[in-house]
Amino acid sequence: MTPPASGDTATLIAIDRVGKVYEGRGSPVVAIDEVSLDIGRNQFVAIVGTSGCGKSTLLNMVAGLDDPTSGSIAIDGRPVLGPGRDRGFVFQSYSLFDWMTVRGNIRFALEKTRMPAAEKAALVDRFIREVGLAGFEDAYPRQLSGGMRQRVAIARALVYKPAILLMDEPFGALDAQTRGMMQELLLNVWEDNRVTVMFVTHDVDEAVFLADRVIVMASRPGRVKKDIAIDIPRPRSFEVLTDPDFTRFKREILADIREETLKVMAMERP
Amino acid sequence: MKTDTIRTGTKAMPPRPRRRGLFRLRQDIPAPIYSAAGIAVPLVLLLIWWAVTSLGIVRPLFLPSPMEIVAEGWRQLREGILWADASVSMYRILVGWLAATVIAVPIGVLMGSYRIVEGALEPLISTVRYMPVVALIPLSILWAGIGDVQKILILFLGTFFQQVLLIMDNVKNIDMNLIRAGQTLGMRNIEILMRIVIPAASPGIWDTFRITIGWTWTYLVVAELVAASEGLGRRIMDAQRYLATDTILFGTLFIGLLGLLTDVAFKRFGRAMFHWNR
Ligand SMILES: Nc1ncnc2c1ncn2[C@@H]1O[C@H](COP(=O)(O)OP(=O)(O)O)[C@@H](O)[C@H]1O
Ligand SMILES: [Mg+2]
Repeated sequence: MTPPASGDTATLIAIDRVGKVYEGRGSPVVAIDEVSLDIGRNQFVAIVGTSGCGKSTLLNMVAGLDDPTSGSIAIDGRPVLGPGRDRGFVFQSYSLFDWMTVRGNIRFALEKTRMPAAEKAALVDRFIREVGLAGFEDAYPRQLSGGMRQRVAIARALVYKPAILLMDEPFGALDAQTRGMMQELLLNVWEDNRVTVMFVTHDVDEAVFLADRVIVMASRPGRVKKDIAIDIPRPRSFEVLTDPDFTRFKREILADIREETLKVMAMERP
Repeated sequence: MKTDTIRTGTKAMPPRPRRRGLFRLRQDIPAPIYSAAGIAVPLVLLLIWWAVTSLGIVRPLFLPSPMEIVAEGWRQLREGILWADASVSMYRILVGWLAATVIAVPIGVLMGSYRIVEGALEPLISTVRYMPVVALIPLSILWAGIGDVQKILILFLGTFFQQVLLIMDNVKNIDMNLIRAGQTLGMRNIEILMRIVIPAASPGIWDTFRITIGWTWTYLVVAELVAASEGLGRRIMDAQRYLATDTILFGTLFIGLLGLLTDVAFKRFGRAMFHWNR
C-alpha cells in the first residue's frame, strides 16, 4: 500500500477487506468487494470513481450508518458498530434543520457535549466565524444560498471536534464559482481544525486540489483501483490549479476513470 | 438594408407578437385580477340564482330565492337556534377531530419511520378507510348509545383512517439525511423522532390537519343523522320532513362557510408557525 503522503503515520481508519452486497428485490448487487484501506490520522483522502462504484456505500459504512456484509472497519483500533461522535458527516443535500437558525443548527450538535453553556456559545460563535457566516447567526437555512447552507453543515459536523470528517459530494450541488470558494474555505478550516477527512467526489480537480491522497475506485464491483499520493505542497490556493504537477495527477486520474467508464458502458451493452 | 432582407427572404414573416394577457400557461397574473376572478364567479352564480327565482322560472319549493335564505338565517339567529346548533356541532367536530388526531399523529409517525409498523398496519388501515361510515351508524348506536359520544364516534371514524395514512406520508417525505445527521450526532431513535422527524414533518402534518378537519365538517350531517335534537346537520335533516328548502339550503351553506373559515384559520396559523419553511 502507498504510504500516507502527509499526516501522522499512525493508522486511524483501518478498512479491512470490506464487502457490501445489497439484497434487493431483484438479484443481489455487489456494491463493494474486498476494499482495504489504511488512512492515517489527519490525512485528507479523496475518493473518486464513476457513479455507482460504491463511494457512498463505503463512506456510509465508515460512518456506521450501514453495515458491511464482509470484512471489518476499525477506528483507532476499535471496530465500528454504529454511528458515533468521533465522526462528523456532511451530506450532498444540505440536510440542515430548517426550523432552527444557523446558530441553533450548530449548537444542536453540541447537545451531547458536557460543557458550560457559555463555553458552548463561544465555540458555536467561533465556528460561525470560521466558516464565514458572522452576521447570519439568526438566519434560517431556507434564507441562505446553497454554499452558505453547506458551510453551516460543515460547522455543524466539526463543532463537536470529531476525529474524522466524512463528506459525500458536499459541493456537488453548487455552481462552479461557489464550489471553488468552498474548496478553499474547507482547506482553511481544515488547517485550523486538523481532522482526518474522507471526501467523496466525482470532480477530479476537486480531489487533486484538496487531498493528500486520491483513491480511484473501480466499478462493478467497487474496488480500489489506484491509490495516488498527491505531493503538492500546502498551503494550496487556486493557483495550484495551473501547476504542472496538478495537471499530471489530473491526467492520470482522468485516464483511470475513463477506463472504468468504458468498462461499465461495455457491460451495459446487451 | 431592409429591402435586401425582403428580397432575399422567401417571404418575410412579421415577427409574431409575444402573447400577453391572462391566458399564458402557468404564468402569474396581477394579484388584484386573481382575487377579482374569485369574487366574480360566485357573484355571477348568485345573480343567476336571483334571476331564476325572481322571474319565477322555478318554484320556491325547489329553489328559494337568495333573499329567503338570508331571511331564514336571520330568523335562526334571532331565535337563538343558530348559535345553539352551531355550538353543539362545533363541539362535536372539535372533539371528534381531536380524538382522531391525538391517535393518528403517533401512529402515523411510527408508520412513517419504522417499516415494520407500516407493514403491520398499512394494509389494514388502507382497507378499513374505504368502509362507508354511514353504514356504521346502527353499530355506532349499539356501541355508544344515542348521545354525543355516538356522533363523535362517527366523526372520528370518518377522519382517523384517512388522517393516519396522510401523516405517514408526511413523515416519509422528509429527507432521510436529516435522520442520518441525527444518527451521526449520536442521538437515540426516540430523540431523532421527537427532535428531528416530527419538526421536519410538521409543516406537512399541519397541512394534513387542515385537510382532514375539512373532511370532519363534511361528515357532520352523517353524524347527526340519527338520534340528535340539536346541531347544524340535524336542522337540515329535520327540514327535509317539512320540505323547508330554505332551511336546508341555509344550513348547507352555513356548514360550508364554517368549513371555509376553519381552512383559512389553519392556513394563517400555519404560515405564522412555520415561517422558517419559506
Ligand atoms: N440501498 C440500496 N439498495 C440496493 N442497491 C443499492 C443501495 N444503495 C446503493 N446501491 C447500489 O450499490 C452501488 C453503489 O452505490 P453508491 O455507493 O451509491 O455509489 P456512488 O456513491 O459511488 O455513486 C450502485 O450500483 C447502487 O445501485
Ligand atoms: Mg454517491
